[in-house]
Amino acid sequence: MNGTRLVKIATQSIVKNKMRTLLTMLGIIIGVGAVIVMVAIGQGAKAQIQARIDNLGTNLVVITQGASQTGGVSQGAGTSNRLTLADFDALKRESTIFTGVSPVIVAPTQIVGGAGNWRTSVNGVSLDYQSIRAWPVASGRYFDDTDVRAMRKVAVIGKTIADNLFAGQDAVGQQIRLRDVPFDIIGVLTPKGQTAEGRDQDDVILSPYTTVQTRLSGRQFITQILGATASKGDIPAAEQEARGILRESHKLASYEADDFTVRDQTELAQAAQGTTQVMTILLAAIASVSLLVGGIGIMNIMLVSVTERTREIGIRMAVGARGSDVLTQFLVEAIVMSVVGGVIGVGVGFAGSLIVQRVTGWGTAIAPQMVLLAIGFSAAVGIFFGFYPARKAAALDPIEALRYE
Amino acid sequence: MAAANAVIRVEGLERVYATGKTEVRALQGVDLVVQPGEMVAIMGASGSGKSTLMNILGCLDRPTAGSYQLDGVRVDGLNRNELADIRNAKLGFVFQGFNLLARTSALENVELPLMYSRRHKGVDTRAAAQASLERVGLAERLDHEPSELSGGQQQRVAIARALVTRPSLLLADEPTGNLDSHTSIEVLALFQELNDTGITMLVVTHEPDIALYTKRVVELRDGRVIRDEAVRDRRVAAEDLGAATPLALAS
Ligand SMILES: Nc1ncnc2c1ncn2[C@@H]1O[C@H](COP(=O)(O)OP(=O)(O)OP(=O)(O)O)[C@@H](O)[C@H]1O
Ligand SMILES: [Mg+2]
Repeated sequence: MNGTRLVKIATQSIVKNKMRTLLTMLGIIIGVGAVIVMVAIGQGAKAQIQARIDNLGTNLVVITQGASQTGGVSQGAGTSNRLTLADFDALKRESTIFTGVSPVIVAPTQIVGGAGNWRTSVNGVSLDYQSIRAWPVASGRYFDDTDVRAMRKVAVIGKTIADNLFAGQDAVGQQIRLRDVPFDIIGVLTPKGQTAEGRDQDDVILSPYTTVQTRLSGRQFITQILGATASKGDIPAAEQEARGILRESHKLASYEADDFTVRDQTELAQAAQGTTQVMTILLAAIASVSLLVGGIGIMNIMLVSVTERTREIGIRMAVGARGSDVLTQFLVEAIVMSVVGGVIGVGVGFAGSLIVQRVTGWGTAIAPQMVLLAIGFSAAVGIFFGFYPARKAAALDPIEALRYE
Repeated sequence: MAAANAVIRVEGLERVYATGKTEVRALQGVDLVVQPGEMVAIMGASGSGKSTLMNILGCLDRPTAGSYQLDGVRVDGLNRNELADIRNAKLGFVFQGFNLLARTSALENVELPLMYSRRHKGVDTRAAAQASLERVGLAERLDHEPSELSGGQQQRVAIARALVTRPSLLLADEPTGNLDSHTSIEVLALFQELNDTGITMLVVTHEPDIALYTKRVVELRDGRVIRDEAVRDRRVAAEDLGAATPLALAS
């Protein structure tokens, strides 16, 4: 018998027994739906983290002290070689690719002012910081060249601090004391939200690095140097250039390894995405179990239906169906039901993702290849779990099957 | 009537059912030759082995011993697939209990053998099924499901299904067992008409009245043939039904 007739027989049988068909498909519908929802949540989290990484500033290069660590073991010996303002100056002076370079000196500080106390970090940065981080002020102004050169005690504060210390009033023009040193607030930054790790980026004070170093930090070392390029394509060359400038500045011999680390956003992104990847896989694994249960459901109902349909099988064999025809019919029925169940499951998954998004406010995203994968997997489940009942049906003896009541 | 032309040639046919410890010898050496165009009634008491014989002749079962030639070809000892193909291509089988697919229209039921046919690849199965239903007088009931048909109509659907592959041999195991006497005679009229077109027929019955409509009676007892004789005073079903009864049998 040919394929189209066979598919016709199988679909006739599926359509004639709607209740049985629905029950058989239910497990697959739920399983596929669950997989789609779980993966959509995972993908949504990933997209959100990507957005936060982009939020750091575009085309960002981060230079930190110490050699890059692999497996917690420092690769270079020169960890005592810190980053200094001399490194920053060298980069600023010699780099041809960076469109902006800024040091970041992090000084954890107790603040007094406005409504009371607050503990935060004061970041000593240069003028370029604003453009590197793409972080404009919401009110007031950013510090300028004169502020930096004159080491003026001026501060640009994040939204969290403005909200906590100067709730309901304009912070610009107010004074705060950082380690008992009075600073004038000249601007309030636009809110940036949380980092990928959940740290509040708006809980920060920016001040000229010159001021921070002399007034608050008192040390020669700087925490990191940020650089920005005009485009993503410039990043590898900029990293290469920065490495050369810093090696020279640190007077490293050719056989010595870097005693600093140059990273870009891709690496930051990879680190952050690693966690969500694990989460997505975990969620998908849990959901796959329900798909497996759905497959066993198909097998269960098909086994019952082989018994129930013994007489039908006998009739088919009596008029000339071979064992292989019966096997194929049952197998096609199983595959059609699981694929249709899979397609419905995708729809259920879409709806479920939307509901999750509404209720929890988490972003969700559905990848098209995920849909194909889910439907392909359903077909595989149909073949796998449909085979045993189909073989049982095919092995029936025609006379015994006809005599079955 | 050369012996080589026999539709059925059975020699020393035995069938032993092994149920647990006891053995049931349902057939104990049956010899039977049926020529083309014959219409044979198989008779005998309950348990005499009629159905067992029909199942073997219908290639639904295999004999324990003995030989069976169908159209001159040995079919005992064939495997499951080969038997399935012979059932499909050469035989029509009609059962006492009709054995139609439930929730399936008359047309689709009759189409079924063609779906499994390896010879009817390019055939319009719908048209063939429709023609077959017209042949048994059910042209107006194509879309009815078995539950919407009378017993006689269901049996006619079953006969249409048996005929749709144009077999040369039609086997019927108590085809009138579930029908009243009038409907039984209608079915026999159909059988006689089919036999007149050259189809060889074997009909199991335990009613002597029914056997009178055939041409030859073979009687079994305890798995052996105890009587094999031609029917004298053969009755014609169409006449018994009376000229007034329309049969709508197209040939
Ligand atoms: N599958 C089976 N297993 C065991 N014994 C069987 C089986 N089928 C039939 N028999 C036995 O074989 C013998 C012949 O049975 P068969 O069905 O051929 O009789 P029959 O002539 O058709 O009877 P009836 O007129 O009641 O239909 C009986 O004794 C029956 O019990
Ligand atoms: Mg019987």
